Amino acid sequence: MKAPAKLTITREQHLELYYYMKLNRMLEEAMVNLFRQNKIVGGLYSSLGQEAISVGTAYALEKRDWLAPMIRNIGALLVKGVRPRDIMTQHMAKVTAPTKGKDGTSHFGDLEKLHIVSPISMLGDLIPVMTGVAMAGRYLGQDIVTMTWIGDGGSSTGVFHEGLNFAAVQKAPLVLVLENNQWAYSTPVHKQVPLANLADRAKAYGIPSYSIDGNDAPTVYTTAREAVARCRAGEGPILIEAKTMRMKGHAQHDAAEYVPKEMFAYWKARDPILRYEKLLIDEKLLTAKSKAEIESRINKQIDEDREFAEKSPQPPPELAEQGVYCDGCHTIEAKWERSKKDVLPPKSSVAPLWKVRQFGAYQGSAPRHPAGELAAEAAGGNGASREGAVSKSSRGAAAKSTKGRVADAGRTSKHKVGR
Amino acid sequence: MAPVTFLEAIRQAMFEEMERDPTVVLMGEDVGVYGGAFKTSEGLLERFGWERVIDTPISESAIVGAAVGMSYLGLRPIAEMQFIDFIACAFNQITNYAAKSHYRWGAPAPIVVRGPSGGGVHGGPFHSANPEMYFVHTPGLKVVYPSTPYDAKGLLKSAIRDNNPVLFFEHKFLYRRIKEELPQDDYVVPIGKAIVRREGTDLTILSYAAMMHTSLEAAGELAKEGIEAEVVDLRTLLPLDRETIFQSLKKTNKVLVVHEDTRTGGIAGEIAALVCEGAFQELDGPVMRVTSLDTPVPYAPPLEEHFLPNTQKVSAAARELARY
Repeated sequence: MKAPAKLTITREQHLELYYYMKLNRMLEEAMVNLFRQNKIVGGLYSSLGQEAISVGTAYALEKRDWLAPMIRNIGALLVKGVRPRDIMTQHMAKVTAPTKGKDGTSHFGDLEKLHIVSPISMLGDLIPVMTGVAMAGRYLGQDIVTMTWIGDGGSSTGVFHEGLNFAAVQKAPLVLVLENNQWAYSTPVHKQVPLANLADRAKAYGIPSYSIDGNDAPTVYTTAREAVARCRAGEGPILIEAKTMRMKGHAQHDAAEYVPKEMFAYWKARDPILRYEKLLIDEKLLTAKSKAEIESRINKQIDEDREFAEKSPQPPPELAEQGVYCDGCHTIEAKWERSKKDVLPPKSSVAPLWKVRQFGAYQGSAPRHPAGELAAEAAGGNGASREGAVSKSSRGAAAKSTKGRVADAGRTSKHKVGR
Repeated sequence: MAPVTFLEAIRQAMFEEMERDPTVVLMGEDVGVYGGAFKTSEGLLERFGWERVIDTPISESAIVGAAVGMSYLGLRPIAEMQFIDFIACAFNQITNYAAKSHYRWGAPAPIVVRGPSGGGVHGGPFHSANPEMYFVHTPGLKVVYPSTPYDAKGLLKSAIRDNNPVLFFEHKFLYRRIKEELPQDDYVVPIGKAIVRREGTDLTILSYAAMMHTSLEAAGELAKEGIEAEVVDLRTLLPLDRETIFQSLKKTNKVLVVHEDTRTGGIAGEIAALVCEGAFQELDGPVMRVTSLDTPVPYAPPLEEHFLPNTQKVSAAARELARY
């Protein structure tokens, strides 16, 4: 699916998007300096050239929504309210860091205020986790959407497929952003996936997808905004493939000599921030003066936060022994935004509050086998023909059946924009 | 009250917890319409509806991952593995995601992963596993392995109410073979507490799950020969109840560990180390163990019987230890 036609972006939104992209880049530049001064304990992973994706997608979320970043999504964290000092202290293993030095990089989260779930290094695990967050939010009546990211390399893991498939059958409100940055460490995308468009992965799960230019900030944002709205409306998970380029090595240690020089040159000419600046200046939303003001504001913040991080101590050794278990240090409480009575007997055995078409029609009372809508669906096509309709995703297969998942799967796999 | 089976005790625990607390949900393969492969969730869908009893695709990683995600919003999901052997497919989600969550970033993950485990039912290499030690070696998890209906119900309730990821192993050999009368009122059995099942003075047999019953039977035989074995049911493997182990050792000065898990890397090795480090002076003999063989669980009845510990093997080891 192509990116949606230009949706309106206000002046304020343009400038905020630009601000966060600049903050993303300038913060990473500051951290490269810290790395060269040996002040960063572990690895440093660059998102140079990918800022429009992190920022543009996360910017489409509401405050109540949840996200789980990947290693190159510092921009998404900043948009969600994480401070630069949190990123710096994490990398520098300081006791003032969100994880107090127990983990590094962007491996942290915030359940209470910012609604951020921590990533782990094993790729794809966040997809079922964020599916669970989405399911729980729906169950509690919270009207939330969840978002997570995966790379071209990560889309080959088993759990990517398990997670996306589960999200699809559950129609969970999950936006999965697939950042196709052409390289999984040193392995080019064509050696990982035999597809021209990784968005085609979505066809296998009967879910809608977009394939967009990930270096075009307004397109990224408007696409994500539409995807979030569709998710919130109950359409189920949506995949956005954002094509981009990893402009550095896998991490600081990697000179990326395996990348052809022309490839860097091609993408450098399409730098997302320079492109956006040009657009904003052409549209008279940005001037040399206001640009300088933004940069000076960011520099000031980074300087303050770097000083804070540098002055912070590393954690005391005995902290290593603490916090393996929650022994009552946390009170676990769900935030109900629907009546609990709906999910407790006797009401729980009847219809749920929320409804997704063709999903969950079975309401639990006798007879033992699914009745009603599902039976009607079975009459429309057995398992075999259902598979056929999805894999072909042909107009004919979808059109012939007028009810049940046959029609649904066929339709969603070649969704029209703005239906 | 009529006595109930081990299986029914588990069903009751889930039923009562779901009745008590709307944050408790159940997820797994065939847990809904079918009521679970062993019928441990029979009737739950009818009672609690499909929002709370969720049939999933055959995707163990997705089941556990989604359970963790749900727990971050304050739910207390129970993730069923249809056979515990398949927990291997969710290994990463359990050991890297759930187990490290609270330690790394202070996010408790109150999930229960439960399922039928253990051999003796001719299930073959992929339907008989005792994979508890992979997880006992993982800080951040709790590992529970009950042997009686009373404990199964009380410990499962504790597991559901616990703020940490708890792995709950249900020995399927016990599912329909043992019955017990259970209290009508709500009760829990605390995680991390062993219990003395039979008092004795000559040696201590430490065991759990199905082998606890084998050990009790052996203790009965040994008593006829004048050997009084004390049988301790560990019930929880992580955290291990060191206090009860040391108390019993102080009394008998000899320890025999019996488990159905394979020998190398089984809990017996860990207990031997604990006892040597913490109570070496108390020992009047070597720490001994009766375990399954270091092989996969074989399918044919003669092979599986040869593989598993039994009363004779336990009694023989106990006699040898008693001679010291």
